Amino acid sequence: MASFKGAISVDTERCKGCGVCVVNCPMGVISLAKEVNGKGYNYAYMAEPDKCIGCASCGIVCPDGVISVYKVKL
Amino acid sequence: MTVQDIIKPENLVYQKSKLLTNKPFHYCPGCGHGTVHRIIAEVLEELGVDDRTIGVSPVGCAVMAYDYFDVDFVEAAHGRAPACATGIKRVWPDKIVFSYQGDGDLAAIGTCETIHTCNRGENITMIFVNNGIYGMTGGQMAPTTLEGMKTATTPYGRKATLPAGAGFDGIPNNGYPLHITELIAHLPGTKYVTRQAVYDPAHVRNAKKAIKKAFENQINGKSGVNFVEIVSNCNSNWKMEPVAANKWLVENMLPEYPLGDIKVDGKLVEK
Repeated sequence: MASFKGAISVDTERCKGCGVCVVNCPMGVISLAKEVNGKGYNYAYMAEPDKCIGCASCGIVCPDGVISVYKVKL
Repeated sequence: MTVQDIIKPENLVYQKSKLLTNKPFHYCPGCGHGTVHRIIAEVLEELGVDDRTIGVSPVGCAVMAYDYFDVDFVEAAHGRAPACATGIKRVWPDKIVFSYQGDGDLAAIGTCETIHTCNRGENITMIFVNNGIYGMTGGQMAPTTLEGMKTATTPYGRKATLPAGAGFDGIPNNGYPLHITELIAHLPGTKYVTRQAVYDPAHVRNAKKAIKKAFENQINGKSGVNFVEIVSNCNSNWKMEPVAANKWLVENMLPEYPLGDIKVDGKLVEK
């Protein structure tokens, strides 16, 4: 069975920290950072990058379109 | 393999549509408007009609939608987006015209324009974002507000009927939630009528399919209004955090506004 490994890049300055991606990530990869961006929001980041499978669920639900998803086949 | 090895242009599987400008959305964190904007832009990009699309934005939270889409846009007076879209489509039948409205715009002040545009069967696409409240003006009751829902103008909850013998006989009450999507589905001028939501990935995908079909019908010249309602949230005026608002939406909005196709290719869907 082919396995996939993914990664996301978050446009942290545009992220509003709503947390919708956090609850919709099936692998529990994403968390909100303790630090804040220029607007004062706790932006989303990959807390556990090893678990990411590149399913793009986070990108699809992100209301601000700040998440880009990358995936490689291992 | 490190994260830097994976984040390369050749491995990209998802990113924001190029039809959206780089201007950050002014919507509140977690607002469904952003998601709907994103999927409309993706659909227009996939269909390759961005160079001949004209959008009509409403009055409401989405009033500045023209700043976010890299397509031509007109800003209509409050509630008059379908009338404006009608004019554009009649002058330029080869353009792809869509209106984008909220519930206060489409179902309250613009009820007349909505019903008559649907009744005339104009070949346009109408996107209706229903969050059951007036968002921009501070959370007043909209026609689509649920019974019992607290808003700025119904601080004790919306009451469709006042208690008998309470001394209020003859005083107008708050009325029932308006199901305008079901209402216009019964008009012969509508081609495709559906209700979707955007609170999780599966429903975002379904909503995108519905919006795509609504645009494809228009491109293929099938006469009739293509109407897509999106049940959305308003976490600021519901006074909840974004994730809690989505949960509240599933528990309260969806029983009142069930998802699914209501009319496909001019025929009502049997339930």
